[in-house]
Amino acid sequence: MSKVGVFVCHCGENISATVDCAKVAETAGTYDGVAFSVDYKYMCSDPGQNLIKSAIKEKGLTGVVVASCSPRMHEPTFRKACAEAGLNPFMCEMANLREHCSWVHEKGEATTDKAIDLVRILVEKVKYNHSLNEIKVPVTKTALVIGGGIAGIQASLDIANTGHKVILIEKDPSIGGHMSQLSETFPTLDCSQCILTPRMVEVAQHPNITLYTYAELESLEGFIGNFKAKIRRKSKSIDEKLCTGCGQCTMKCPVKKIPSEFNEGLGKRTAIYVPFPQAVPNKPVIDRINCTYYIKGKCKVCEIVCPTGAIRFDQEDQIMEVEIGAIVIATGFTVKQPDFFPEYGYGKYADVITGLQFERLASASGPTLGEIRRPSDGKIPEKIVFLACAGSRDPAKGIPYCSKICCMYIAKHAMLYQHKVHGGKSYVFYMDIRAGGKQYEEFVRRAIEDDGVNYVRGRVSRIYEKNGKLIVNGVDTLLNAMPVEIEADMVVLATAGVANEGAEELAQKLHISYDPYKFFAEAHPKLKPVETNTAGIFLAGACQAPRDIPESVAMASGAAVKVASLFSKDELTREPIIAVVNRQAPPVYSSCVGCFLCVSACPYQAIEKEEIKNRNGEVIKSIAKVNPGLCQGCGTCVAFCRTKSIDIQGYTHEQMYTEVMALLNEY
Amino acid sequence: MTLGFYPGCSLKGSSREYAESVLAVAKAFDINLEEINDWNCCGATAAHNMNKELSLALPARILSLAEKQGLIEIVVPCAACYSRLTVTKHELSKDTELKALVTEANGLEYTGSVSVLNIVQFLDKYITPSLGGRVVTPFDHKVACYYGCLLVRPHEILEFDREEDPQSLDVLMLKVGATPIDWAFKTECCGAGLSVSRTSSVGRLSGKIIGDAKDRGAEAVIVACPMCHSNLDMRRDAINSYLGEKIDIPVLYITQAIGLALGLDRKALGLQRHFVKVTV
Amino acid sequence: MSSDTHHSGISGLGGEVLEHTEVKVSHCYQCGKCSAGCPLSQEMDYPPSVIMRMLQTGDAALEDKVLRSFSIWVCLTCEMCFARCPMSIDIPKMMDFLREKSIKEKKSNPKAKEIVAFHKSFLDSIRYTGRLYEVGLFVDYKTRTLKILDDLALAPKMMKRGKLNIIPELIKDRSGVAGIFRKANKKNKN
Repeated sequence: MSKVGVFVCHCGENISATVDCAKVAETAGTYDGVAFSVDYKYMCSDPGQNLIKSAIKEKGLTGVVVASCSPRMHEPTFRKACAEAGLNPFMCEMANLREHCSWVHEKGEATTDKAIDLVRILVEKVKYNHSLNEIKVPVTKTALVIGGGIAGIQASLDIANTGHKVILIEKDPSIGGHMSQLSETFPTLDCSQCILTPRMVEVAQHPNITLYTYAELESLEGFIGNFKAKIRRKSKSIDEKLCTGCGQCTMKCPVKKIPSEFNEGLGKRTAIYVPFPQAVPNKPVIDRINCTYYIKGKCKVCEIVCPTGAIRFDQEDQIMEVEIGAIVIATGFTVKQPDFFPEYGYGKYADVITGLQFERLASASGPTLGEIRRPSDGKIPEKIVFLACAGSRDPAKGIPYCSKICCMYIAKHAMLYQHKVHGGKSYVFYMDIRAGGKQYEEFVRRAIEDDGVNYVRGRVSRIYEKNGKLIVNGVDTLLNAMPVEIEADMVVLATAGVANEGAEELAQKLHISYDPYKFFAEAHPKLKPVETNTAGIFLAGACQAPRDIPESVAMASGAAVKVASLFSKDELTREPIIAVVNRQAPPVYSSCVGCFLCVSACPYQAIEKEEIKNRNGEVIKSIAKVNPGLCQGCGTCVAFCRTKSIDIQGYTHEQMYTEVMALLNEY
Repeated sequence: MTLGFYPGCSLKGSSREYAESVLAVAKAFDINLEEINDWNCCGATAAHNMNKELSLALPARILSLAEKQGLIEIVVPCAACYSRLTVTKHELSKDTELKALVTEANGLEYTGSVSVLNIVQFLDKYITPSLGGRVVTPFDHKVACYYGCLLVRPHEILEFDREEDPQSLDVLMLKVGATPIDWAFKTECCGAGLSVSRTSSVGRLSGKIIGDAKDRGAEAVIVACPMCHSNLDMRRDAINSYLGEKIDIPVLYITQAIGLALGLDRKALGLQRHFVKVTV
Repeated sequence: MSSDTHHSGISGLGGEVLEHTEVKVSHCYQCGKCSAGCPLSQEMDYPPSVIMRMLQTGDAALEDKVLRSFSIWVCLTCEMCFARCPMSIDIPKMMDFLREKSIKEKKSNPKAKEIVAFHKSFLDSIRYTGRLYEVGLFVDYKTRTLKILDDLALAPKMMKRGKLNIIPELIKDRSGVAGIFRKANKKNKN
């Protein structure tokens, strides 16, 4: 005989403002099988929980229905309270009177009636609940970090320093990411490579970190604590164990005119190449698309000059499988090529460049050795114009958001220009100045007040070339929209920060959510910035949204702590809301007929075949069996099963039918 | 073959040579251009500046007449008329209330079935495919193709060529042996309807256009709009006054340039009507 | 301009703009790209981005200035602003509406006398003949503006080149066209 306790919460005024809670509790008290029914202001508080506990003990309750907020808020709270009072936690159900009722309806009788219905159906359901026990799964204490930029590097080091193993994969031949392309960083004007490379070396030398560059994620299976990842190690065409990084091959390679990706197309590289001198690992890869050997079958100069015989033309991609417990995604972002701005002439005029290209010009290891020179004729520009918001904050071109870092790097670029070209004149066309970080505002003021950068508030309508100069047609909105025309030698566009190509495919492989701009989605915009909605997968850095270096580093450390806390336990407990195939007494054994439709339906490959044998070892029947470690309780198999032989614990057929009937019947 | 033809007021009057060259080129390819019976003025700039309903009703009347005449496609050489007709089609297809209002004012049925072709669309569809073999005297000059405003903007409604650095006229001129130059004033406004009421503005705006064309070595400017032609040609004195020098670069309609390449008679193309002597 | 009327609401003239043209003035974030590309901004009293800001404030005095501005009349409707606006604001459509309203409320700027006169002469010409009669247009315009001497030398030059029709082309259904004008003007009076 059931003895159900009903506890209706006011949730302050969140529920009681539109629902008559007292009436709900009173009505519930009249149902068959309800031994106790009460309403209270804050069920989740200590006194509220004590109310539940004492009711369980005093009335010998066999089931509890807490009618309050969403289970996503407080299911753990109330389950814990029941457990403490000696009732199996899975005998506790929650009726969502808040998100499903009081918050979406106006005050009135209909709303209270709906609340009464919601309570009734769960009272009926809970009569069919069974005691369940949590499942324990082991945790693999190895983390996978995808992406070797500053965020990935930081996350790897932090996790490795807690004593756990890290596998770091990076799709480019070297780690370092965009930070390695920068000249100096705001607001300190530190040399970017100088502060980055020690970290890169630390990663390479750390005993707990295994680094694979030129590698990408091929596929992912499993769940938190128990992932299986396949990693594709693209063929570098080099035997890394033999290669010493001497550099003979890159010096002698005859194909020298390939536009360098690291230099954003402003410099050239060879077909066998190391992306930049401080690369980690400092070993080359062969670009098979441009290498003469792969195109025509000739050359092989690198093989001839290599002192250790490390060239392997026939090397193939390798797929390796690893077992990991958690994943940190740190794949970063990219800048959008502004050729969707035909009025600015990018791609048509050589001297209209992007901010990242300017970084390469300003960098001492760049194609012009740190001198600002025009790509067209190599001359030093006397007048330079910077355009802010060249892509961001532009719904007409498809990107309505602000890319956050451009105001700061434009000020930095203008300052670097003024430092390098004494007597040069620089202009910045801006709409707003966003300088919200520590020391950021002061940095921008220095550009304006100390370095004489001319800031003009207004956007540029178009840029065209005449007599070797770039004519910039802008406006000063602070002077009654007075036209401002500048004959510039070079124009730098602050392009939008966008998600990497391939971000969508990666998100789908990882089963994580992403937004319309292909940035990966955090679990909660305010309170869970480094977690995703997929348990065990965390985010760090600009793959979630454009951001600067200090924020990326902070996020990476945050993600690392989440991983470390996951690894601090030897076992993970999982909810027992999983599918089970029924078993009965012989000779039936199970109503399952062995059609195995569920096996093909299961998205998690969690169902196996079980052979039932007699004492002689002969197989009597083959039926389905659910692996409790892999099952996620999605219920797809239940929908497929034609004989209703498979059920979800906690959401059985019986329980579901009871809820529906309770809703339809007048009580 | 026969196509509908809407000359518009300019082609009947101050830009007569444009009509002459369009008809001459059409005739050379055995195309009969049938004028819409009893067509009215589309209202041009004045109507949409002063009265919205009028600015839609006048073009709608033209389209209704074309429908009544059984015309499927109409050729509209004037860029302003092309713009008004296309915008009207667009507005009336979006807004049924407006459509009802306009048809009530016109007293004529309107279904929006007529296709409106600008001069380049007409040439590209019916002339260009067989143009290559018919060129007798290649137009061997450097030309600045001037598109003006209304052929390419607003792109969402016209859906023709592209707003920045359009190429359709340049491609056509290449086909008749010309060398189109890359220049900076392809789509900058010539001064439009201010020709009479504010000639100094036209002098400045058209002056910038002619000035840039000259600086880049153009021997002729090619246009596809009678308003642009009028401002760049008839108002040359105002342009010269703005630039402070006398510029002799002639302005030709696209159909005149094509006509010359086809070997048609200069008088038949109306070249003698220009204010700036056509020396090419 | 009083501070408590200085708000970016959709009341007043901005609200009428929204109702008649679907242009929402609050979309404008004052980047100035329209003014930068406008061929005539130097000749305007208020370049297009400034007109937008005036409409955003909802201030009656500023709204009056907008309707009395020279800007709206010297605007060529070249569509350059709309083509480049990052918020896709249909400024030309808004300008058409402001012009119509300016005439209705008799607020057109005196400096725009010739421009308005030209439009009126143009429409008068086609009202009675159905097609533009250029000689008639010139005569009407010069009567309205008293600019008798302007372009006087042009007429014989045009005639010499056969560009001027002495006799107007009259369409058959002149009453139909006149009827359209009547109905359109009646709507305007309301």
